[in-house]
Amino acid sequence: MKRLIDTLIEQLIKMSGAVTEITVLLIIVFLFKEGAGLFNASEVEKGYTVLVHSENTVERLSPKELKEVFDGNIENWEKLGGKDEAIRIFRFDEIFSIYTEDELGKDYVLLPEKLEEVISADPTIIAYIPQKYLPTNLQGIKELAKMNISLTDFYIGKEWIPTATPAPLFGILPLLLGTLLVSFIAILIAIPLGVGVAIYLAEIANERVRKLLKPAIELLAGIPSVVYGFFGLVVIAPIIQKIGGLDLGETAFAGSLVLAIMALPTIISIAEDAMRTIPKAMRDASLALGATKWQTIYKVIIPFASSGIAAAVVLGIGRAIGETMAVLMVTGNAAVIPNSIFESVRTIPATIAAELGEAPGGGAHYQALFMLGCVLFIITLIISIVAEVISSRKIIKE
Amino acid sequence: MIETKNVNFYYGSFHAIKNVNMKMKSNSAIALIGPSGCGKSTFLRLFNRMNDEIPGAKLEGECWINGKDIYTKHTQVDMLRKNVGMVFQKPNPFPKSIFENVAYGLKVNGIKDRAFITKKVEESLTAAALWDEVKYKLNKSAFELSGGQQQRLCIARALAVSPSILLMDEPASALDPISTAKIEELIHVLKQQYTIVIVTHNMQQAARVSDKTAFFMYGELVEYSDTKKMFLAPEKEETQNYITGRFG
Ligand SMILES: Nc1ncnc2c1ncn2[C@@H]1O[C@H](COP(=O)(O)OP(=O)(O)O)[C@@H](O)[C@H]1O
Ligand SMILES: [Mg+2]
Repeated sequence: MKRLIDTLIEQLIKMSGAVTEITVLLIIVFLFKEGAGLFNASEVEKGYTVLVHSENTVERLSPKELKEVFDGNIENWEKLGGKDEAIRIFRFDEIFSIYTEDELGKDYVLLPEKLEEVISADPTIIAYIPQKYLPTNLQGIKELAKMNISLTDFYIGKEWIPTATPAPLFGILPLLLGTLLVSFIAILIAIPLGVGVAIYLAEIANERVRKLLKPAIELLAGIPSVVYGFFGLVVIAPIIQKIGGLDLGETAFAGSLVLAIMALPTIISIAEDAMRTIPKAMRDASLALGATKWQTIYKVIIPFASSGIAAAVVLGIGRAIGETMAVLMVTGNAAVIPNSIFESVRTIPATIAAELGEAPGGGAHYQALFMLGCVLFIITLIISIVAEVISSRKIIKE
Repeated sequence: MIETKNVNFYYGSFHAIKNVNMKMKSNSAIALIGPSGCGKSTFLRLFNRMNDEIPGAKLEGECWINGKDIYTKHTQVDMLRKNVGMVFQKPNPFPKSIFENVAYGLKVNGIKDRAFITKKVEESLTAAALWDEVKYKLNKSAFELSGGQQQRLCIARALAVSPSILLMDEPASALDPISTAKIEELIHVLKQQYTIVIVTHNMQQAARVSDKTAFFMYGELVEYSDTKKMFLAPEKEETQNYITGRFG
C-alpha cells in the first residue's frame, strides 16, 4: 500500500514536470511560428498594391522609400533611380473625384478600367490601390515588384511605424535600443543601491532592523507593476521634468528609475541571502587578522558572495527588461531612436502590450509583434545563460 | 604578559565568565582546559576582542596586554588583533590562493611592498612548517590542501602579521593524529617566540605543549598552575576528577 502511494506520487510529479515542459515548449514554438510569418508577408499592406506607368524604369521600392514618397518627402523619380521627373502621387480615393459614380458602373465594375486609363496616361504617376481593383489588362501599367519583409528591414530598420501606408515600417532598432537603454540605466542605478542595501542588511544592520526591513523589502517585490508605473507617472516624471527643465517628464530616465526601484527588492533579497550564507568562520578569520569591518566586506564577503550577487543582479535585469506596464506608463512611448536618456523611448514589451490589441490577427503587424516577442525571449534567454554561467563559475581563482 | 583583573563576561543575562584573575607570562604556552561550555573559548576571545562581535555581550573588569588595558575607548581593535593572532577550531582559510591567504593580513594592514610581502609569506609558511609542502603551488587554492595543511596555513596566516601572542582554540580537534602531532611540534617551537594561549579538550595535549595550565568550570577559574604540577598533584578535587576523566 505504502509502495503504491509512493509510486503514484512519483508518477504524478513526473507527469506534472512533463506537462510543464511541454507547455513551455509549445509556447515557444507558437511564439516563433507566429513571428516567423512576418518574413513571408509582403512589404505592402495586405490586399493593396502599388502601380506605376509601364515606362517607369523603377522596378521596386523599399517600404522606407514608399513611405517617403507617400509622405511627400521624396518628390522626384530620380532619387529612386528613375528619370528626372516629379512624382505624381495618386491615392485611390482620387478616382471618385475624377469619375462620377455612374461612370464607374454598378458595384464599381468599371473602376479597374478607369484606373488603367488614369495611370497609363501619366508616366510620372504612382498609385496605391486595393488589389481587388487591379486592372485585368496591364497595358501601360506596371505593378511594382512585391517583396517580402526582409530580415534586415526588421532587425536594423530605424523606424517602427506599423500603421504607415502603403508600406508599414517594422524596424525594431528604436525599440531594441529603447529597451536596452532603459534597462541598462536601470541596472546602473539598481546594482550599487541593491548591493549596498544588501551589505547593510547582511553585515551592518542589527538583528531587529533586519527582521523588520527584509520582509518589508520582499513585500515590495509583490506590488503590481501598474502601481509602480502610476507612482512613476505622478511622482518621478514630474520631478524629472522640473529638475531637468524638460518639456516632458516621461523619458527613458523616468523608465529607468521606475525599473530600478522595481528591480531593487529582487537584487537586495537575493544578494543578501548570498552574503548570509558566508560562513561566520570567514568573517572571523578576516577580523582576527586585524581587518576592519569594511575591509572584511569588500575583500572577503563580496568576493565570496560574488556569484550570488551576480545571480541577483541578473534576475533583477531579467525583471527590468521584461517589464511592461510600468515602463509603458512612464517612458513617453515614442518609437524613435533616443539620443539621450532625457528623451521619450518605447521598449519592446511596452510596444507589444500597447499594439497587440489593434493589430489585426494574422496581419504583418501582428506577426511583427510576435517577432518582437521572440527578440525579447532571446534577450532574456541570453541573460539567463549568462546568469547560469556566472553562478556556476568557481569562486576560487586557480 | 597578559593579565585579567576581576573579569566577568555576560551573554545577555548569562554569566559566562565569573570573576577571573589570571596572569600569563610572555613566551610561554598556557593551556586552558575544562568541560564543554565552561567558557574557555569565551575567555580566549577576550584577548583579541572577538567577543565584541557578539550582540548583547558585556564585559566587566579589565584585560591588560603588555602593560596596556585593551578595553579602553582609545584601543584600536584592528591594531590589537594584529598583535594578538588567532587560530580557530576548524581550519578556515579564505577561498583564495595559498599565497593570498598568508598575504591577506599584511595587505589589510596597509602593506603594499611586493618584495616584503613575498618574503614575509615565505617566512611565515616556513615558521608554520608548511613551506616545503607548498612552495611549488603557492598559487593553488587553499582548499586543495589537506585539513592539517590548512590549519598550518591558518597558523602561517596569523604569524604573517608578526603578532606577539597567538590564541588557539582547539586547533587540532578537527585533525587526524599525524596532523595533530605536527601542530603540537609547531607549538613547541613557536612558544619560544610567541605567547601561546591554547584551548584544548585533550589532557595529553595540554600536558605535552603547555608550561602552565588553567582549569575552568562553570565560568570560574578553578585552578591555575604549572602544567606538571597540575597533572601530577592538582590542588582541587574538581581538577583531579576532571583530569582523571571522572568528569566532563
Ligand atoms: N554567542 C553566544 N551567545 C550566547 N551564549 C553563548 C555564546 N557563545 C557561547 N555561549 C555560552 O557561553 C558558555 C561558554 O561557551 P564557550 O566559551 O564556547 O565554552 P567552551 O569553549 O568552554 O566550550 C556556554 O554555556 C555557551 O552556551
Ligand atoms: Mg570552545
